[in-house]
Amino acid sequence: MSLVNYIYLSAILFSIGGAVVLLRRNAIIVFMGVELMLNAANLAFITFARMHGQLDGQVIALFVMVVASAEVVVGLAIIMAIFRSRRSASIDNANLLKA
Amino acid sequence: MTFLVTAAAAEPGAAPAYAWLLIGLPLLGAAILLLGGRKTDSFGPLLATGLSWASFVLALPLLFAMLGRAPEDRAVEHVLYSWIRAGSFQLDAGILIDPLSMSFVLLITFVGSLIHVYSLGYMKDDPGHVRHEGHTLSAWEESRQPSERRRFFAYLNLFIAAMLLLVLANSYPLLFVGWEGVGLASYLLIGFWNHNPAYATAANKAFIVNRVGDMGVIAAIMAMFAAFGATDFAGVGAAAAEADTGVLVLIGLLLLLGATGKSAQFPLQSWLGDAMAGPTPVSALIHAATMVTAGVYLIVRSAPIFNNAPTAQTAVAVIGAVTLLYGAVVGMAKDDIKKALAASTMSQIGYMMLAAGLGPAGYAYAIFHLLTHGFFKAGMFLGAGSVMHGMKDEVNMRRFGGLSTFMKITWITFGLGWLAILGVPPFSGFWSKDAIIETAFIGEGIRPWLLGGAALVGAGITAFYMSRLFFMTFHGKRRWSERDYHPHESPPTMTVPMMVLAAGSALLGLILAWPFAETKPIVAWLEPVVGYGGSEAEPVLAIPVIIALTLIFVAIGAFVAYRMYIQEDVPTTAPVGSWGTQAARADLYQEEVNRTLFEQPGVALVHGLEHTDRSGVDGTVGGLATWIGDLSSRLRRIQNGFARSYALTMLTGVVLFLGAVWVMQ
Repeated sequence: MSLVNYIYLSAILFSIGGAVVLLRRNAIIVFMGVELMLNAANLAFITFARMHGQLDGQVIALFVMVVASAEVVVGLAIIMAIFRSRRSASIDNANLLKA
Repeated sequence: MTFLVTAAAAEPGAAPAYAWLLIGLPLLGAAILLLGGRKTDSFGPLLATGLSWASFVLALPLLFAMLGRAPEDRAVEHVLYSWIRAGSFQLDAGILIDPLSMSFVLLITFVGSLIHVYSLGYMKDDPGHVRHEGHTLSAWEESRQPSERRRFFAYLNLFIAAMLLLVLANSYPLLFVGWEGVGLASYLLIGFWNHNPAYATAANKAFIVNRVGDMGVIAAIMAMFAAFGATDFAGVGAAAAEADTGVLVLIGLLLLLGATGKSAQFPLQSWLGDAMAGPTPVSALIHAATMVTAGVYLIVRSAPIFNNAPTAQTAVAVIGAVTLLYGAVVGMAKDDIKKALAASTMSQIGYMMLAAGLGPAGYAYAIFHLLTHGFFKAGMFLGAGSVMHGMKDEVNMRRFGGLSTFMKITWITFGLGWLAILGVPPFSGFWSKDAIIETAFIGEGIRPWLLGGAALVGAGITAFYMSRLFFMTFHGKRRWSERDYHPHESPPTMTVPMMVLAAGSALLGLILAWPFAETKPIVAWLEPVVGYGGSEAEPVLAIPVIIALTLIFVAIGAFVAYRMYIQEDVPTTAPVGSWGTQAARADLYQEEVNRTLFEQPGVALVHGLEHTDRSGVDGTVGGLATWIGDLSSRLRRIQNGFARSYALTMLTGVVLFLGAVWVMQ
């Protein structure tokens, strides 16, 4: 099995994640889409690291995981706060910042 | 220049150190009355009067000390402190006491103190506060009102101090401080009854017109500094001796501009008539006897400059001649007794300016006429005040008539002033005015005929309008009803100053121009300061002829007035009159000329500038702001508040960017 297939998988996962972010309204689902995109990127990093025999990609992947976990904490907290105040998890309802 | 050199040479003879108290005492009075508050209400007016007299008393030992010295040692200077020091330029604030400033000090303090006394009586009935229409103040409110009398006397003292500073200063900048001080005092006193908007406007007008003249003085001081590097009298006098004529003419004309503003000379004379809005003692002191003569003082004090600038000197004489006729013509048509006197003041100061423009031959006579005028005009103004006092503040002469039997003292004192201003021998105006007319006839070509002719005709017109004023007020039929008016003589505080001034009107000229002396005492007295006063040149007409002509003109003027205003009845409402009368009544359309020449172009300029500012400057800035605002409100639409659309935008951007990168490679 060629390593390139992992790149294809990564691209597919990223597109799914992107589609989820763009199409779904529920903030939790959107968040899952974001996570999916992050992990697709991680997969790409690791694959390239493997392809080139270097460790840089793996290191970056670790970084991304750390940042993603921190982001999950903050993001979920925001979603919770929005849900509490507006009784809705739809991100289209959270549009106070429109001009 | 010899006189200023001698003034400098007399340096060792320093003036006594207490000389500054001349200025200090009235200034202290003003400070006490203004800062002391209601506590000084009771004794304030008396204190102010006392301090003014103290200033006069203080001047006497200085006068005697001066008389005790030889004529060339009479100018003494007392340096108070070093005022301005900048590099090589050094200016001391000091007091210069010479016969010229001493003449003024005596006039100011003596007449000023008399008018203080007069004001004690005149202002007695002045409401202690501003009465608002239809609003009666409770007793408590009334007790809280500031005392108007105290304010009045404070301003009077302030004026005396500023005027003394003006004449005692030893340099042009210090003179200018006094110059502005008297302007301020004049403004405050013209607008004393400023609850009347017209009076407040009159005060503003006087102040603003004076500003124009003051600019001239400031520019002259700057020019002196630039040209001579000195601004004190001694330094300027020494430098003027060898200065370029063009520079001297420039400085002379600028000083003349200043003098026309302060002395209400053509073309800056329009404020004086309106200045009569002030209380009558103010008109007598400031707008007749002292402040308005400051311009004459400035010219005479600047003799070293004018002597070497014949063009400027001629300009002074011409301005004087024009104004003396102008004021006389205006005076003929005025029915307001104070405005008629104001026009007369303008005309008489025109005589002084004319004399001052005649050079060393005329300086002494300018000061001479100034002194006698200070007495007889102040006396007549006080007389007018006394008439108003007895006639419920009526100023329209057409409502007077036949008052001589009711106000004997006022009538006699006013009559002496009237004889003096007419120039009837031996009253004081005869000596001073006649000397000016004689001097005006000295010269070559057409000049003496024009200047002398103007002075001669002016004397005739003066006789007419002053007789008109005198007859309309005191003689003829009564044009008032017993029911409305109860004319009565004024209290002694008012009549005594009038009597003293009347005595001066009668005798001062004779004393100062003692005809049996070899040189007239006033000429000899002022000679160390202003140079030789006796004329080497003879007038183009013989002196007896000039005197005879003057007296004939005066007699004609007085006779015409007698025919018109005693033998014929005076209508109580002014007849429409000829175009000449109408023009004179309207101050020869001075207001209209000012409005057309200065006010309207000024307003148009301001409107133009405002329009340029609004459409040009503001238009550019505002347009830019509007454009950016439009742009932002368009950009604003992108912010629709939907997180997913932002995400789509981001995605599109990233895709486009990556696509671009890919294409580039």
